[in-house]
Amino acid sequence: MLTAILSGFIFSVFLVFAGKFLKGKLAVLSALVPLALFVYFLSFLPQVAGGEVIRQEISWVPTLGLDLNFALDGLSLLFSLLITGIGFLVFAYTAEYLKEHDYLDRFYGYLGMFMGAMLGLVLSDNLLSMFIFWELTSISSFFLIGFNNTSEASRKSAVLALAITGSGGFLLLAGALLLGNVAGTFNISEMLALSPEIISSEYYIWIVILLFGAAFTKSAQFPFHFWLPGAMKAPTPVSTYLHSATMVKAGIYLLLRFTPVLGGEDIWNTTLISVGGITMFYAAVHTLFRTDLKGVLAYSTISVLGLLVFLIGLGTQYALTAAAVYIVVHALYKATLFLITGIIDHETGTRDVTRLSGLRKVMMPVAVAGFLAALSSAGMPPFVGFIGKDLVYESTLHMGSWSIFLTVLAIATNILVLYAGFVAGIKPFTGKLPNEHKKVHLPGMLMWLPPVILALLGIIIGIFPEIINDSIIAPVVNSVGLEGNEVHLKLWHGFNLVLGLSAITLAVGILLYVIFKPSAKKERGIARLDFIAPLTLITNFGHGFKVFSNWWTRIFQNGFLRNYVSTIILFLVVLVGYSLFSDQNEIPIDLSSFSRMTYYEMIIMGIMFLAILFVVGARSRLTAVVAMGVVGYAICLMFVIYSAPDLAMTQFSIDTLTVILFVLVLSSLPKYLSISDYRMKVVDGVLSISFGILITLISLEVLGEPVNKEISNFYADNAYVLAKGKNVVNVILVDFRGVDTLMEISVLTIAALGVFSLLKLRLRRDDRELKD
Amino acid sequence: MKTIIIRTASNYMLPLLLVFSVFILLRGHYLPGGGFVGGLIASIAFVLHAFANGLGDTRKLLHFHPGFLMPTGLALAFLSGISPLVFTGEPFMTGLWYPEHLPIVGNLGSALFFDIGVYLVVQGVTLTIIFTISEST
Repeated sequence: MLTAILSGFIFSVFLVFAGKFLKGKLAVLSALVPLALFVYFLSFLPQVAGGEVIRQEISWVPTLGLDLNFALDGLSLLFSLLITGIGFLVFAYTAEYLKEHDYLDRFYGYLGMFMGAMLGLVLSDNLLSMFIFWELTSISSFFLIGFNNTSEASRKSAVLALAITGSGGFLLLAGALLLGNVAGTFNISEMLALSPEIISSEYYIWIVILLFGAAFTKSAQFPFHFWLPGAMKAPTPVSTYLHSATMVKAGIYLLLRFTPVLGGEDIWNTTLISVGGITMFYAAVHTLFRTDLKGVLAYSTISVLGLLVFLIGLGTQYALTAAAVYIVVHALYKATLFLITGIIDHETGTRDVTRLSGLRKVMMPVAVAGFLAALSSAGMPPFVGFIGKDLVYESTLHMGSWSIFLTVLAIATNILVLYAGFVAGIKPFTGKLPNEHKKVHLPGMLMWLPPVILALLGIIIGIFPEIINDSIIAPVVNSVGLEGNEVHLKLWHGFNLVLGLSAITLAVGILLYVIFKPSAKKERGIARLDFIAPLTLITNFGHGFKVFSNWWTRIFQNGFLRNYVSTIILFLVVLVGYSLFSDQNEIPIDLSSFSRMTYYEMIIMGIMFLAILFVVGARSRLTAVVAMGVVGYAICLMFVIYSAPDLAMTQFSIDTLTVILFVLVLSSLPKYLSISDYRMKVVDGVLSISFGILITLISLEVLGEPVNKEISNFYADNAYVLAKGKNVVNVILVDFRGVDTLMEISVLTIAALGVFSLLKLRLRRDDRELKD
Repeated sequence: MKTIIIRTASNYMLPLLLVFSVFILLRGHYLPGGGFVGGLIASIAFVLHAFANGLGDTRKLLHFHPGFLMPTGLALAFLSGISPLVFTGEPFMTGLWYPEHLPIVGNLGSALFFDIGVYLVVQGVTLTIIFTISEST
């Protein structure tokens, strides 16, 4: 299984080297990768249908509980088949859609990376590795949305999508860590048994909130839905693959996966029902006001995602079966609609539904696919969509006191989804062919065959639901913790209430389609409400945050070294001073053990003091630098007196170097200005003196405390025994704490490289300006 | 500041200081000294030379950019660290020692090579920073 996941990544890495060969006629060969994977996953179908869970465990970072554990059960298999199956069609479609595109290899690279990441996400049994794959899908989605990187709108949408799904990923990480700590394991299969403990834990509510945040952002639930319509800036194959069939369902996958672990509680069900309910209705209403075909499809996708969340919230046997069926239904018809939208866009150059009609005359196979998909989305018998819709009504009707409200909500949503499906799948093909599209012709077979295949699958599965009943749907229901063998998908249930509701949906929906015509005027009308749309609110929030951070940065990073130094010292004095004085009333200072000051110490102190006065009063930079050097040398003398020759030597060299460096650059520094006024000097003086006093107090206190000499004695005793050295300081540096030294010299190197590159970069820019 | 006295003096000081820095480096294991101080002294020698003769002359004298000393030193220190892993299978940074006692150096061991690495890195870092700063102003 690891190989299957990695093959997507290997494929994209391979393209870095071999991409040039894949740009021409060979592009279609790349579809072999998802095809091979599809067949590979298909081969597991009998085993998984038999109730088996196929596992592969690879230890990666065992100390962190991070293992590459993969498990293939019904739910994972359903998603794997969608990812590879639709992936295959999309890969093939792309070969024609982006034929001769300059960056076709890059595009395939991103798609391959996404496919690997998405497979990893649905196959991971370890929560942490799942998170990593989750993030990888967000990142590949970012690259794909921004694929037309010359368009600003496209780049903006990519960033927006990354911001929303990325913050969701952050929530997922937090939730995963919390859940892992409560459960004591990061393996999802082990959490199943611990479900009661997790639910009764005090952190349960936080885990649920965090995971919901992750799922709602990824699966575009209200109020985080707005990134998805923006993501439609991506080329159509991406919208089909990522933003309709697979990636946006990652949130649904997460919720389904954790239903048996966290589900069944009130907060779980109520939140999902309300968020899903609001999303499905809100987005469905929006489809009425869109004229861009992809906009219509984006909102109807959000609506279906809302419906799925809603069904998971209902949580009954019917509802979860309905969710499983609906995932298949939606993948089939929505992918078809997206693909034909891509064809229309590609051939006519417009996606404006008000300007499209009669295209059946020039592209019959595409029109057939569109009709079939639209009817499936409408839930017309004998399409698979009919089975899905039936199950939805069946589950809402069994919800006790709320059943009427929920059923009405579901019917209203379905009517609007039907409308959206008709607008995208039927409207462009019916009516009179306008003159501007007379010359439009059918694209290559690679483009029109995939939607036809998907649309036909929709009707085949509808007539013979047994195909997916035992092999796919039942194992999915099993893996969410319910009875899979009670699943019996049927097209015909006899005359009952559900059938009546279906008929109402169809009748009202078709009526709506006939009466209500999409128009630019209506789109402008809804645009007037944009000021309260979540997109505007969140964009404004983001903008405000940027302004705030700019302001904040300008305060602290003002570019004046003197301000940095005084800020650092001020905080040090306040924080250290506070902790020094807060937990004790008086500082234990024992002066009795101190030896008397000798006269040469006094002389050194005197020199130091004089030098400091010189620094403070200096009128030229050279004086100040030299006086600072004198202070440094005086400290060296102190080290010598207190028998620390190593320290003294180092300090002496450093001081010498500093002075020389200053003198070297002195001539080119700006004139020495007296920048501080009297008030500033007083403030600085107070700050310096209090810092000095603080350090003195700390040193004195340290002397008063009992000293643990174990470590220094160990070094002193063993320097020669273990490391054959007599200079303990050096032995510590190169032997006992050698790793520290290695790190330190690495840090020094990084610092030097930093100085070098910063200054050299500035030099080059100056050169360029000179040339201009 | 290109006076004839300091220029003449620096020409004699450079080799002297360099030899002194190596001396400090080698004695480090037994007496005050070591790679860090040694490296600083060697840098002072070069900076003094640059001070008296101008940066261009020092660069010519060096033949290569002092920055190359950094990776060289880091590699040397790292290799001396992993040598026990390779030769005796002991953990990273275990000291390896040549059994015979050598004149001047004393016991020859992996720690000495580590110290030489530090010596080179310190020189590389100091000279890179000082040269870059004085060039850019």
